[in-house]
Formats: sequence, structure tokens, C-alpha cells
Amino acid sequence: MLEVFIFATLNGLVTGLLLFMLASGLTLIFSMMGVLNFAHASFYMLGAYFAYSISLTMGFWLGLIFAPLIVGVLGAMVERYGLRRVHKSGHVAELVFTFGAAFLIEESIQFFWGPATKNYRSPDILDFPLFTLFGQEFSAYRGFMIFISMAIFIVLFRVLTHSRIGIIIQAAITHPHTVANLGHNVPLIFMGVFGVGTALAGLAGVIAGPVLTTFPGMAAVLGSIVFVIVVIGGLGSLAGAFIASLLIGLLQSYAIASSVGMPDLLDLLGVSFEADHPLNDLWTVTLPQIAPILPFLLLVLVLIFRPTGLLGKREE
Amino acid sequence: MMASIAKLSLWAGYLLVLLALPQFFDSILSISIFNQMAIAIIFALSYNMLLGQGGMLSFGHAVYFGLGGFLAVHTLILIENGSVYFSIIFIPLVGGIFGLLAAIFIGSFSTRKAGTVFAMISLGIGELIAASSLIFVSFFGGEAGVSGDRTFGPLFFGVDFAQDLEIYYLAAIWVFIATVFMYLFTQTPAGRMANAVRDNPERAEFIGYSARRVRFISFCASGLFAGIAGGLFALNYEFITEENLNAATSGRVLLMAYIGGLGYFIGPIIGAVVLTLMNSLLSNYSELWLLYLGVLFLLTVMFLPRGFAGLIMMHQVAWLRGTLRRLALPYLITGIPAFIFILASIAMIELSHTDGEVFHYLGVSLERGSSIDWMLIGGIAIAAFLATRKSLQQLKDAWEDANTLPGDEDS
Amino acid sequence: MIKIKLFSKFNSLLICTLLCLGNISQAQEPVRIAFMDPLSGTFASIGTSGLKQIQFAADYLFNSRGGILGGRMIEIVPLDNKQSPTETQLQFRRAVSEGLQIIFQGNSSAVANTLSTTISRFNRRNPGKEVLQINYSAVDPILTEDNCSFWHFRFDAHAVMKLNVLTDYIAMNKDIKSMYIIGQDYSFGHVVADTAIRLLNEKRPDIEIVGSEFHPIGQVKDFTPYVTKIVSSGADAVITGNYGADMVSLARSIIDSGLDIPIYTFYAAYDGITATLGIDGKDRIHLIHNETSNPIPTERRKEYIRAFKARNPNNDVTQPRLANALSMVVAAMEKASSTDPYDIAIALEDMRFTTLGGEEIWMRGEDHQIFQSLHVSVHTDEGIEFDADNSGFGLRSIYHVPAEETIVETSCQMRRPRR
Repeated sequence: MLEVFIFATLNGLVTGLLLFMLASGLTLIFSMMGVLNFAHASFYMLGAYFAYSISLTMGFWLGLIFAPLIVGVLGAMVERYGLRRVHKSGHVAELVFTFGAAFLIEESIQFFWGPATKNYRSPDILDFPLFTLFGQEFSAYRGFMIFISMAIFIVLFRVLTHSRIGIIIQAAITHPHTVANLGHNVPLIFMGVFGVGTALAGLAGVIAGPVLTTFPGMAAVLGSIVFVIVVIGGLGSLAGAFIASLLIGLLQSYAIASSVGMPDLLDLLGVSFEADHPLNDLWTVTLPQIAPILPFLLLVLVLIFRPTGLLGKREE
Repeated sequence: MMASIAKLSLWAGYLLVLLALPQFFDSILSISIFNQMAIAIIFALSYNMLLGQGGMLSFGHAVYFGLGGFLAVHTLILIENGSVYFSIIFIPLVGGIFGLLAAIFIGSFSTRKAGTVFAMISLGIGELIAASSLIFVSFFGGEAGVSGDRTFGPLFFGVDFAQDLEIYYLAAIWVFIATVFMYLFTQTPAGRMANAVRDNPERAEFIGYSARRVRFISFCASGLFAGIAGGLFALNYEFITEENLNAATSGRVLLMAYIGGLGYFIGPIIGAVVLTLMNSLLSNYSELWLLYLGVLFLLTVMFLPRGFAGLIMMHQVAWLRGTLRRLALPYLITGIPAFIFILASIAMIELSHTDGEVFHYLGVSLERGSSIDWMLIGGIAIAAFLATRKSLQQLKDAWEDANTLPGDEDS
Repeated sequence: MIKIKLFSKFNSLLICTLLCLGNISQAQEPVRIAFMDPLSGTFASIGTSGLKQIQFAADYLFNSRGGILGGRMIEIVPLDNKQSPTETQLQFRRAVSEGLQIIFQGNSSAVANTLSTTISRFNRRNPGKEVLQINYSAVDPILTEDNCSFWHFRFDAHAVMKLNVLTDYIAMNKDIKSMYIIGQDYSFGHVVADTAIRLLNEKRPDIEIVGSEFHPIGQVKDFTPYVTKIVSSGADAVITGNYGADMVSLARSIIDSGLDIPIYTFYAAYDGITATLGIDGKDRIHLIHNETSNPIPTERRKEYIRAFKARNPNNDVTQPRLANALSMVVAAMEKASSTDPYDIAIALEDMRFTTLGGEEIWMRGEDHQIFQSLHVSVHTDEGIEFDADNSGFGLRSIYHVPAEETIVETSCQMRRPRR
């Protein structure tokens, strides 16, 4: 049992930190521009595909550096030439725009790379077990994933709280008009934040691609979970996003690792139902089975009981 | 008086078009497309009650459509078993009632707040129900969904509704009824207040209306009509699956309403018709049709923020002033090179994607390996693009000319 | 060069062949057959690959040899159903509208089920306009059991038949003492799990089923938590019915965890999967399927594959049963001298047919289920003459069961239309 617990924790950590890399960019964009960027996970996918193509000729490490940069530039361009144009039509228009962008990116990936899964591999140098516990290996690459995401978190936190630009960004999140009145170029900040946010998503794609399979549906799998994290964490709160990411990563991982379900609960209560009971599906449901929908359940509960999210300060 | 006669004749015309359509297009395919349109129109209009009129952005509107549809199919099964006995023409109402019940339950907590909170709750609920639908197989039927036969009910004036055409006439009547009621809703105090709450909830509260209550009423009405659309879907296809209540369907209805034009009552109808047509016709011609759809969609959002309905309405002034004719030539001058540019771009995209060496396009054979072919199409595309750009100024001038009053010109 | 309205090398070659082989062929209208599978969207790779295969089969086997029924060409009409039951309904109406009466469909049992129901209803309501469903790949047993239909023919072994063979093979391996079953949470996944447990209990009561897990289809980001459970259960082998990205991700996670146990699958090959698994999956990934991949038994089949590769260098003959199905439908047309679905159906019943691989296969009339030899193959790069995804890796067949031994009983009570 202990081994399952330890590995579930490690797995949850890897997933949670990966989700955080996406959520951190999204929460910055969301809280600053009020845009729910539906295409955020698509930039994650773009990162994986660019890194795959680069790794074919130049190896994994160059892909790790260049792919996020390309994605970031693309993201900044989407903000500059697309979103900004749509901005004057209101939030719904912006949102619908990112919705369309997500759609277009997925189709473009199918157009350029084809619909089949890509053989994007982790570098050979990390192809060894970091440690073996109870006969199960924990690959060095996963350790590397934890390392990178932790590093990103620390750097991001330092920059936002201790640098001049970080303080301007923080101010722009809560008081965009005041910041503009102080003479800062708010559109440029927006573009920069969008670029950095999408580059982070791209980086997440680069390191996730080899483990989570690089295929055109990889964005859709993550897409809405990232929103859930941003909202649960609280708008504009990086720390909240961090906590929510880990919470959801661990929650799903533990739920899958567990082997309890309704039958156990019913046994405990001493209730039993016939197999042909109309709600039989409900009485036989197990926790691993519903693991993927737990985040959404959590989302609805949080929004009902604490609409500002865990660490959020304002509502809109 | 004149205005109401004009309005009545507009409605009569709408009904006439609905009923006369099969006279002109009577293939099984076109009937099938019309049925799809009918369902999409009700669904998109009901969505507009939320977003366009009530300012509530929902990512889970398919829930009410789908739940209504599932209940409708289960009712068909009951009719087939002989457990209940009534004519299937009321099936959409069954779907509507269930959509309403679901909306009352979910709306009781989700309409407390508007804006992002509402949007995210709708997303969460949508995902929850879509995921549960795959787990609770006995009601939702898993991947394959549930299926019921529509021909077992009592005959309706000798009609057993075995053919899609018969369903079309039924759907046309339902579309008409639903459209009328949704239009009337916008004229009721509740509908008017929905607009007020959308624009300024605080002020609405000050004059004594509970914003939450107003949202709740719009939400329930919207759920009712979405359920009716779901019921029609069930009747038309005689089955329903989880994909009819998942996020993709919710996304599609958002697109329809948005592309059509949120600000206008007629907008979602246009959106529903255009998107259904594209969905069923474009996919015949190219595997890449989703790519084109994505491009079209982005361009619409960027350049036509008020949708197709907005584009049409832009011409109202020129129409009333009788200056519409002045726009015809400039439109042509811009339109023709723009069209050529689009055709050439499509040629390049398709050519780069074709499997064979040769690609047949508009009566021309293009060779993939031939650089001359590439340069030729590329040249045409660039020339057409430049010509379009150049003519834009002229179009702009003509537009201003057609839309300014003679006295305004100097000012 | 751009040539207005005329033909380039390839086309003129084809036209010439047609003209030379049959002068009458010009005047006769083609026999049109619908191919309905996902051609766009997430599952497009499987569908488009199938389309190329059936198009090639029609051209290579029939059109280039003067056509069928005295000189008529076969025209394959692609219909894109995006692997969605709803879209399938729309495409079915399109097919009917265009007068198509034979529909090939293979991907997703859910789609096959709704299509079968729709066709049965349509045929009952529109006598004289019947439509025939040729299922080349959907393996949910129910299609030829409780929900069998006169208008449905299956040209693939169903899940229970395949599992029968697979569990026979597993039962021979005395090293396997425990088994873990994981699958997608939908009808096919459940059929695989239930049947595998039942059969293993019969054949090797000593094999302990240490786990049976379902995960939501296409929604799992990371399979590692599931693999953790597999590892801690101490399983000696895994059975899964997963396909597509769910298959790749699962296999990848198992390999990454350092777990060195065999994985028994249905769909872990081709369309990018073989290339993605590569060296990591060697000798571990097993597959149950019909028609051996390596070694190929006859020269005719080898020629067929080479010709296909020459025309489609980036694709493989992943579904040889498409050619079998098409050939048998054509044979039925020739036998009945008709393209009417009812006549074809009658002629197909109990037809015996020799494939390109030199094997005689049998379409049982009772439930419209095909019977042919089944094979367990392993993912490897040794002894591979025809690889997959041009990766050097491919499938080598290591265990064979002749057609007679795959026959299972059916619960089908077929309702036959009267004519």
C-alpha cells in the first residue's frame, strides 16, 4: 500500500507541476486582460510539435530552448494582430476569438504534421531510472520534469515579486487604468505577458510531449482542466494557481490509485441493491472511474461556496 | 398599424418559406439538411436568450439540449413498448419540459452571479454531465447512445412519420412556434429586464428588480427551448448519444449564435443556417474543410464583430436612402480579386496536401512537383491580393458616399 | 505545367488501360460503393488509411482488369462520418440521397451499432431502396449476436473470437501467473474485460486476475498512475483493448516504469503507433489479428502489398480484410448478376472465398460473421519483410489458429425480409 501511496504522490506531483506551467501563464493572461484564453493548451501542443521537429535534426536540448521561444513569438503575434483587434468588441468576442484560434491551431497541426501520433522521445541521457522503489522505476526524465517546473515557479515568483517589471505587471492586473495613466505602455505589457504565458505553455508541451504522447488531441485532453485550476486558485493569484495545480494533480492521482467505490460505501452502510436496480450504474461506480471528472466537481463546489476561488481577492 | 401589418406579413413569410422549402429541394439529403437547420435554429435562438439578451456566457448549453433529447428518446421507447400512448408530435414538448426542469435545478445556483463565475459554472456542469453520461450507461447508453423508433405512436391524421419529409413539416411547425414564442419573450417585461440586467445589473436592482431572478427566468426559458430542440433532434434521428450534450456541441451553438450576430434576433437563425450548410456541404469537397472553417471563423470574429446579421444591417442606412446601388460596382471591384485570391490560396493549400502527383481543381490539372505550377498560382494569389488591397480605399470612399447625407459631406 | 482540362501521366495511363481492356466500359455506369469512416478530425489517420486501401483494392483487383459485371468500374465514394454517431446519420442520408446502396464502415463499434439500427429501420420503411452494411472492422460481438441484422455483414473476427485465441496463447505460457486487464470505459472495453476474465478462468484457473480497470476514453493525460497500480499488483502480463492515443500512452507508460511484462493488445500497430513504440516495444507488444503480416504466405499477397506501397509510400496495408470484403461483395454481385443489396446479401450468405493469402474464408449465413484463421503477432524488427510506418519494425506472426477452430456459436435470431 505504501508504495502505491508514494508513487501516487510522485505522479500527482509531476502532473500538478505540469499543469501549473500552463496555469501560471493562463492566470496572468486571464487576470490581466480578462481573457479566458481557450487556445492556451493549443500553444502547449504547438510547443510539443515544434520541439519534436527540432529534435529530429538538432536533438532534444535545442528543442527545449527554441520551441518555447517560437511559441512565445507566435503567441505575441496572436495577441498583437488578433486579440488586440478584437478587444474593442468586448470580452465575449475575445473569448470566441481564442476559441477559434484553438480550433485553427489543431487543424493546422493536422495539416502540417499529419494526424498520426509522433515519435517524440526523451533524450537518451535521461533514459535511466532515477531510483527504484518496491520494484518500480521512477525515470530520470520525470525527475527532470519536476526540476524544470519547480525552477519555473521559483523564477516566476521572484520576477513578479522582486523585479520592477514584475511589480508593474502585478499593478496592471489589479489596476490597469492607473498603470496606463502612470505612463506605462499597457498594450506592450499585455503583448509581453501573452508571449511569456504562451511560451511557458510551449515549454510545458516540450517536456510533456515525450511522456504524454504527441498527437493532435493532446490539447483537448488538457484544455478545460487548466481553466478549472485558474478559477479554483482564484483569479490573479499565482500562488493560488500553484496550490490548485498540485491539489488537482494529487487528487486525480490518488483517486486513480485508490480502489474504493460505491460498493464499499454501501457495504459500510449495510445497504444493498439488486443488480437490475435502475440506478445500478451509480451503485457500482468506483473512484478511479470518476477520477477525471473530480476537478469539475471541485470547480462547481468552489464556485458555489467561494466564488473568488481559494486565494482570489476579486470576483471579476 | 402599418408597422404591425408589416411585422405580421414578415412572420407569415417566414412560415411560408419554412413550409415551401421541400417543394424546391426534395432530395433526401436536402430534407436531412433542413431538419438539421430546424434543430439548429431553435437551439441557437435559445442560446441567444442567454448570451445575446441576458449577457450570460454559457459553455454548457448542450446539457439542456442533450437531456431533453435523452428524455425524448426514452419516451419514444415507452411509446414503442406501449407503456404510454400519445402522438409523437408532442415529443419536442417532452424534451422541452425536461430541459426546463434541468434548467430550474441548475439555474437555482448558477445564476447567482453573471460573468466569469456563471461561465465557469456552466463549463463545470457541462463537463460533469458529459462525463457522467459515459458512466451511467443504463440511461445514457454509453458511446452508442440510446435509440427509439418514432413510428409506433398513434397515427396523426394518417401520418406515421416514417419518412424524414414528414418529420420536416413537423419540425417546421415547431420551429415557427418556438421562434414566435422566443420573439414574444423578448417583448415581455421579463425579456426587457434581461437586457437591462445584462447592461447594468446595479441600476436594475435599484429600480426594484432582482438581477438574479431576472437571470434565472431567462435561464429557464432558454433551457426550455434548448430542450425542445433536443426533442426534435431525437425525433429526427431516433437516437441520441453523449456527444449531443458535450462541450463540442456547446461550443458549436456558441459559434452559430456568434457568427450569426448576437445583437439581433435574426442573427442566430442566420448562423444556424450558414453553419449547418457549411458543415454538410463543405466536408464533401475537401478533407481540410475544418481548416477552412477555422479560418472563416477567425476572420468573422476579427472583421465582423456583429456577425452576418450585423453585416446585413450595416446596409440599412444605404438601403433606406436608396444609395445601395452606388455600392454595387465597388463591391464587385473588390470582390472579384478577393475571390480569386481565396481560390488561389485554396489551390496552394490543397496542392501541398494532395497525396497524388496531380491535383484537379476547377477544370485545371496541377502538378505537385512542378515549380512552374507553384509559381503561377503563387503569382496569381499575390496579384489578386494586391489588387484587393488597392481597391479597398475605393470601396471605403464609396461606402462613405452611400452612407453620408448630402449635407454632411463638407463637415 | 498547368494543362487545361486534360490528363497527366498517371491519369492517362489509367484511362488507356481502361480503354484498352474493355471498349464497352465507357458506356456503362460504374458500381458505386460508399466508404464511411473518419476522414477528418482526431481519428482521421485510420480512416484515410482505410480509404486508400479500399481505393487501391478496387483499382488493382478489378478496375485495372476490365471492371466487374461485364465491364463496369468500381467507384469508391468517401463519406466522412468523423467517427461520430450523429455525423453517421447525416452521411447515411447523403449516401441514400446519392443512390449508394453498399456502405463500407469499420471504425468504432458505437458507430457500427447506430448505423446497423438506422439501416434496418430505413430498409423496413423503404422497400426497394435497401442499403447493405459491410462492416470490415467493428468487433463488438453484439452486431452478429443479439443485434444481428440481415443487412449487416462482418468481415472481421469479433472480440470474443479474438480473445478466445489470445487466451489460448496466453494459457500456453506457464510463466504467466497473474493478469491485469485495463481498457477504455465503453462497450468494447467492457466486452474485452468480461470475456478475458471468463475465458482465463476456464482455461487457466490458476491465473489470478489481479486487477481490472476502466479509464475514460481519450481523457487520460498520463497513464502513470494506472501503471503504478499494475506494478504494485505484481501482474505478469496485461491485456488491453485500447486503441489510438490511449494505446500508445498506456504502452509508453508501462515501458517507462521499467515493467518488463508482455502486453496483449488488439490495435497496437500501424498509423504511427508502430513507429512511436519502436525499440521499446520490441518482443513485448503482442497483437491478435487476422491475415499474417510477416511472413506473408503467398507471392500474390506480397505483390499486392508492394504495389500498394509503390502507390502509397507513407501508408501500409493495415486491413487486408478490406480487400477480402470488397472481393467477396464483388463475387456476390457476379454470382447474382445484380447490384441489388438483397441479391448480394443472399449470395454472400455461406459464401466461401479464397483470399490473396491463399486461405479459404467462410461467411456464415446464420449471423453474417466471417471465419478465417487468426494469428497472434509480436512487435519486432527481426524477420520483418514488410514493416509498418516505414520504421523497420513490424508484426511477426508467432501463433496461428485455423479458421475451423475459431468458430463460435451465435445467439443471432435473424429477421429475414420477405421478397
